[in-house]
Amino acid sequence: MEFVLSAAIGILAASGAWLLMRPRTFQVIVGLCLLSYAVNLFIFSMGRLTVGAPAVMPRGGFVNPDAYADPIPQALVLTAIVISFATTALFLVVMIAARGFSGTDHVDGQERNR
Amino acid sequence: MNEPNLIFLLVLLPLAGSVVAATLPAGARTGTAWLSGLVLGAGLLILAGLHGPVAEGGVLRTTLPWVPSLGLNLDFRLDGFSWLFVTLVLGIGVLVVLYARYYLAPSDPAPRFHAGILAFTGAMIGMLTSGNVIMLVVFWELTSLISFLLIGYWHRNPAARDGARMALVVTAAGGLCLLGAMLLLGRMVGGYDLDRILASGDTIRAHPLYGTTLALFLIGAFTKSAQVPFHFWLPNAMAAPTPVSAFLHSATMVKAGVFLLVRFSPALGGTEVWFFAVTGTGMATLLIGAVIALFRHDLKGLLAYSTISHLGLITALAGLGSNGAIVAAIFHIANHAVFKASLFMAAGIIDHESGTRDMRRLSGLMRLMPATGSLAIVAAAAMAGVPLLNGFLSKEMFFAEAVEWHNGTWLDNSLPYLATLASVFSVAYSLRFIATVFFGAPPTDLPKTPHEPVRWLRRPVELLVLICLVVGIIPGLTLGPTLNMAARSVLGADMPTYSVAVWHGFNTPLLMSLAALVLGAALYFTFSTRIAQGPEGPPVIHKLQAQRLYERFMLAATWTGPRRLLRLVGPDRLQPQLRLLVLLAIAGATYMLWRSVQIEPWLGPTPLNAGFLLMWVVGATCAVAAAWQAKYHRFAALVLLGGAGLVTCLTFAWFSAPDLAVTQLLVEVVTTVLILLGLRWLPKRLQEIPGDRLRSARVRRSLDLVIAVVFGATVSIIAFVVMTRPQLSTVGDWFLRNAYSEGGGTNVVNVILVDFRAFDTFGEITVLVIVALTVFALLRRFRPATEIAGQPEQQATPTARALRDYMLVPSVIMQWMFPVLIVLAAYLFLRGHDLPGGGFSGGVTLAIAFLLQYLATHVRWVEARLTVLPTRWMGFGLLIAGGTGVGSWVFGYPFLTAHAQYVDLPLIGEVPAATAMLFDLGVFGAVVGATVLMLIAIAHQSLRSPRPRSQDEAARSEHEEAA
Repeated sequence: MEFVLSAAIGILAASGAWLLMRPRTFQVIVGLCLLSYAVNLFIFSMGRLTVGAPAVMPRGGFVNPDAYADPIPQALVLTAIVISFATTALFLVVMIAARGFSGTDHVDGQERNR
Repeated sequence: MNEPNLIFLLVLLPLAGSVVAATLPAGARTGTAWLSGLVLGAGLLILAGLHGPVAEGGVLRTTLPWVPSLGLNLDFRLDGFSWLFVTLVLGIGVLVVLYARYYLAPSDPAPRFHAGILAFTGAMIGMLTSGNVIMLVVFWELTSLISFLLIGYWHRNPAARDGARMALVVTAAGGLCLLGAMLLLGRMVGGYDLDRILASGDTIRAHPLYGTTLALFLIGAFTKSAQVPFHFWLPNAMAAPTPVSAFLHSATMVKAGVFLLVRFSPALGGTEVWFFAVTGTGMATLLIGAVIALFRHDLKGLLAYSTISHLGLITALAGLGSNGAIVAAIFHIANHAVFKASLFMAAGIIDHESGTRDMRRLSGLMRLMPATGSLAIVAAAAMAGVPLLNGFLSKEMFFAEAVEWHNGTWLDNSLPYLATLASVFSVAYSLRFIATVFFGAPPTDLPKTPHEPVRWLRRPVELLVLICLVVGIIPGLTLGPTLNMAARSVLGADMPTYSVAVWHGFNTPLLMSLAALVLGAALYFTFSTRIAQGPEGPPVIHKLQAQRLYERFMLAATWTGPRRLLRLVGPDRLQPQLRLLVLLAIAGATYMLWRSVQIEPWLGPTPLNAGFLLMWVVGATCAVAAAWQAKYHRFAALVLLGGAGLVTCLTFAWFSAPDLAVTQLLVEVVTTVLILLGLRWLPKRLQEIPGDRLRSARVRRSLDLVIAVVFGATVSIIAFVVMTRPQLSTVGDWFLRNAYSEGGGTNVVNVILVDFRAFDTFGEITVLVIVALTVFALLRRFRPATEIAGQPEQQATPTARALRDYMLVPSVIMQWMFPVLIVLAAYLFLRGHDLPGGGFSGGVTLAIAFLLQYLATHVRWVEARLTVLPTRWMGFGLLIAGGTGVGSWVFGYPFLTAHAQYVDLPLIGEVPAATAMLFDLGVFGAVVGATVLMLIAIAHQSLRSPRPRSQDEAARSEHEEAA
């Protein structure tokens, strides 16, 4: 499982990074989304993999922390999901507005002239 | 008042005076002159009062703790050497103030000048009396800074600006080196106290970093004292008003470097390196300065190079380091200050009265201004080293040291010859100054007709020349005791008393002096016409200027270099920057792996599940395909992106993170819709972009592919390495144990978000709201590209119209789902504290409910029936969340302290009623508002009447014309 998940994180990160370095704004936005999946999964995996033990506690009584998934990475990732949605929206709007102003969807605001 | 306080006053008085002077009105010429004269005079009185204890060989000290933990105190100390130097600064300062009162034109702002002079005096005294070497450097840099302001006093003159900048760059850079040296010295001896450093000479010289320290120290001293090859700033600084040149750039500031050399010679000196570096540089400067001075046509230029040459002489003496050499160095510091200040003032008078400083145009001024002429001739004779004048005495001592001091090196053996040769040139340029300016035919074609200046402009020169004569004739009675006092404070109390006398018998130094006088006169009279017709500077050498190097360096450092760097990584090209970012990430990751791999034993990996593997085969395929298709098939790429997102969501669900899975799923929906709405504003991409198949583009893509694969591999390896190590106990365990007892909820992730770490969440929803408002604001001014405005052509085809009918069924379902979704949102919200759900997921669900209505029909239909006020939702959300936080203050708890209990409601049963729930309601509201605002803002773009950009610009230019 660990191997599959880390390979998956790597593939998502590589696809995202490749798109990040591409010249069209849409490629960059897709790249950022893929990269954010990779990063979220990466952070999430730092809490190790637990199957069938969500961090929902019994009401009172003794709690054995080892029996549950680590809640910290989950809380961090929950925040990250919402924030990455917000930044994606912002980037999308900047992308649209820049396209309207410059007439091109190149990341530099102008086609590379050569 | 006791003595330590007097030392404070000595430093503070000029600085305070400077502040006062700066506030006076621009026309107050006499007033400001009186102010600075009185302040400096008061300083002299203080010094007179302190003379007694200092003359007894004592060192007066005072301390004001400033940053004791860093060893940084305002320590001041006054000994014989600094007493002499401070007296020199204040004495010449008073004369310069008097001179400047009559030199500056009524249109020159006098307060700015005097404020600068006073601030400089304060900084200089601070530097001279500082007992802490760090503070010494601070004052040192302060003098550089004020020198910059004073050189640039006539800031409308470009030469003044350039000269000021050059002086600042060179001397401040040297100051930085000096700071480095002082820090190293402090490290070596374990403190920044000057006395301690001076007493630890043996430790310092034996330290492995001695060489580095010495180099840094010498760069600092040499730049300030204009030693070769850093001398070029001084002639350019002559664009300053003459009083400034007389005060800073001949008498005081440029002596700071040699002051430091003399002061630190017990700590750093005495080695062969010191001798070669200091005496070698000094002799080179002495010779080069004297030669160049002879060929300068500008009066102040000649004096500037002469100053450089004399500074070289003092440096060479400091390098010798014997008792006699130190005495001679101190003596020459004082003598040079006196005769050079008077010469600068005389040159200023000539410039002031005749309108030029060009020696080729001046001649025969003796007939027109006999008094000034006589004074200048005596001062120039002192500069040349004519007997019975003060310059002769210290030069004789220099010759004596050059002859008598030996360490057997080639430099030592050649010292007498070099000294005589430099002296020959020195005589020649002094003679040129006297002969061309004051003798010969009466001047013709001068801008003004020269005449004697007003009485008070000449008084300072008279006094200085008088000192030249008195010291030159009866040195033993005048400066002798003070000189011994100063030298003793540098060399130690056991130094034998030197008798400074005019006549030492008929010996080698006297022969050298006479030879220099004769040969110098012969040199000048042989070549006088050729020098006058020649270029500004000696033949051949004037082409090799250190200044050129400096200018080339400055050009490269401040213009061409940065531009090249900007072209390489500048902000006008995004791709190289992002590439750099990815490469940096790879470097960081590799470094991490390098250090941490194989620290602990492996855990066996958990058994593989075939379903999971299959799921990720699909997910990874989606990701790679999305990357592949994002350029030409945006829609396909978006669908594939959604596929990867879905697999991510399933992974969260698989590994016990239901909250994440729910949120990820909902956000995925919203993101996809958002990007779909944005797609139509991008340019059509029906054919290939030209240049995509070019070789360079392919190479770039392949290179990026390699970078991306390496990046993915490193991330992958780190993830794998971490996942297969056993987990240490984290703060998460505490949260798990206390979520119910402290937070009143069983869903720990939600309790963390709304209770334990609620402040972070509060920040996060604020960010969300700000982003939504930014999106809204950006889109208000949005102008779509003209060729895609209006109805998309796909919607105009018959097939599209037929499709619209097919969409009727889904749209009816979407409308009917509205109430269901609202209930679902409420459900997710309410169960959030105990079970997966919460404000975030509930909020996004409600936003989707609204969104579906927009999708099902169209904007106008929805908005005729449903009023969504996203900004109110956001405001409401933030207010509730913030209000909950503030509410805890009422009960005396810190911001956002939550309270939890269960309330038994009729029919429903036990319900969690934590204040955190109220906070979560705020989160809910903010998320609904922000999400809906963003989506609606983009959706509304299709409604805008498309206005071509050209029309827009026409309207703007009309508007501007009207304005």
